[in-house]
Amino acid sequence: MALEPKEIYEKLHAAFPDISIEFDETVPCILVEPMKWKTVALFLRDADDLKFDSLMCLSGVDTADGNLVSVCHLDSMVHRHKLTVKCIVPAEEPKVESVERVWRTADWHEREAYDLIGIEYVGHRDLRRILMPYDWTGHPLRKDYEVPEFYNGIKVPY
Amino acid sequence: MLDNTLTTREEIRDLGLRTEEMVLNMGPQHPSTHGVLRLELVLEGEIIRKVIPHIGYLHRCFEKHAENESYTQVIPYTDRLDYLASINNNHGYALGIERLMGIEVPERVEFIRVIMAELQRIASHLVAIGTYGMDIGAFTPFLYCFRDREHILDVFEKTCGARLLYNYIWIGGVSHDVYPDFVKDVADIVKILRPTIKELNDLLNYNKIFIDRTANIGILPADVAINFGCTGPMLRGSGVDFDLRRDDPYSIYDRFEWEVQVGKGEMGTVGDCWDRHMVRVWEMEESCKIIEQALESFPEGDVQSAIPRRVRPPKGEIYVRVENPRGELGYYIISDGTGTPFRVKGRAPGFSNLSVINEISKGYMVADVVAILGSIDIVLGEIDR
Repeated sequence: MALEPKEIYEKLHAAFPDISIEFDETVPCILVEPMKWKTVALFLRDADDLKFDSLMCLSGVDTADGNLVSVCHLDSMVHRHKLTVKCIVPAEEPKVESVERVWRTADWHEREAYDLIGIEYVGHRDLRRILMPYDWTGHPLRKDYEVPEFYNGIKVPY
Repeated sequence: MLDNTLTTREEIRDLGLRTEEMVLNMGPQHPSTHGVLRLELVLEGEIIRKVIPHIGYLHRCFEKHAENESYTQVIPYTDRLDYLASINNNHGYALGIERLMGIEVPERVEFIRVIMAELQRIASHLVAIGTYGMDIGAFTPFLYCFRDREHILDVFEKTCGARLLYNYIWIGGVSHDVYPDFVKDVADIVKILRPTIKELNDLLNYNKIFIDRTANIGILPADVAINFGCTGPMLRGSGVDFDLRRDDPYSIYDRFEWEVQVGKGEMGTVGDCWDRHMVRVWEMEESCKIIEQALESFPEGDVQSAIPRRVRPPKGEIYVRVENPRGELGYYIISDGTGTPFRVKGRAPGFSNLSVINEISKGYMVADVVAILGSIDIVLGEIDR
């Protein structure tokens, strides 16, 4: 049976009283404490009435107010309901627990968010750059990113 | 296969010979990598132990560009993601903005979009099938496929002037109305395509050599496919009955009668390369069905009446997904109320589909990697964005 985000939030809130989980009406989405996210993710994937078996998309966002957000869009092929989960972290210490072992889709998507936004996924087994060259410095999708003039001593033409 | 090797290894060890792993670099310029992809193969003799893909050679900063252009200027960039299915890419992006702004699209536009998207799907599958045959070593089907794709490209050219990158679907409408003979031309294409599918079956798909190369190779079980985020023919080839056009309907797909095709393991195991390949062949027929039904009730009307003069979506965010020829194409769009997107993230189907290659290549031969890679049907343009 398909559930609304609000109902899912209430279930999560009841299941994890000691993890900070909030509900954002505007999107709607669920905000989870970044370093406890994996426990919640496992519950979302395995609980019988939730069964979020597929991670559609994982994106990193720089909100330009000093925070970075790791956004997960989840889908259940069994119950046909969807959920958006956000982990908000400060840009100075952007650490989010990796869910790469929960949904393997997250493996490359977390690498991409690390590469372009600079979110560090704690517990990821292979956190390397994926789209940019391995020796690139900086994270290009940060709002305060400045395009370097030189790359390995070569002038960047643009 | 794996077991055989292990026994051989034991035998070799008994002989007192030394074995060691070898790293072989495949690509970035290898013809079967369909673009620029580098695969690092860890081998033990001929047997694959590990595949490490290195992507990013075609990275063109789509997401960074999108943050610096207006909403309408992003559409040509979406063309260049999956350049074999430009119209489907436009469609997803336009849908996202329309949902954010609450735009109702005229009936005729919806019909044009669906017909064009399905024609594009057939064109894309024809390339996939043709090049897959060529990867395996069959050159003639490739020419047949490109011959028939030409008819579809002609229709696109007559409609909007472009043959590869169309910038055709705009927010709220399409760039050009179709030309007077459009319905007749498309109906003719369907008539040409049906015999082509049979021809392909005779020439390639049921060919003994082709089956030997693809059946029972690169088996992808359904649960692994879902967990890795594989979508499209890749997922359906593994026997999962899931298609966004039916299960999360957008546009007017819910009005048509057609079937979701899944792999059945006819020639080997469910989820092998042959199944993935055949899902594409069968889907061409299903697309023909959708096109025929859409042509029957093709309405009149203005195609540009709903195009907004100023595109300024209200503050908010949306995740929209559509069924591309390669799987689920998603756009995560955040609007901050200005004329420029705050963030556009493209979730490319090929990106997730390719990430499973290590899982399904272990234990097979080097030559099988070519078959497996071809069956994934990657387009590096969308993977690297």
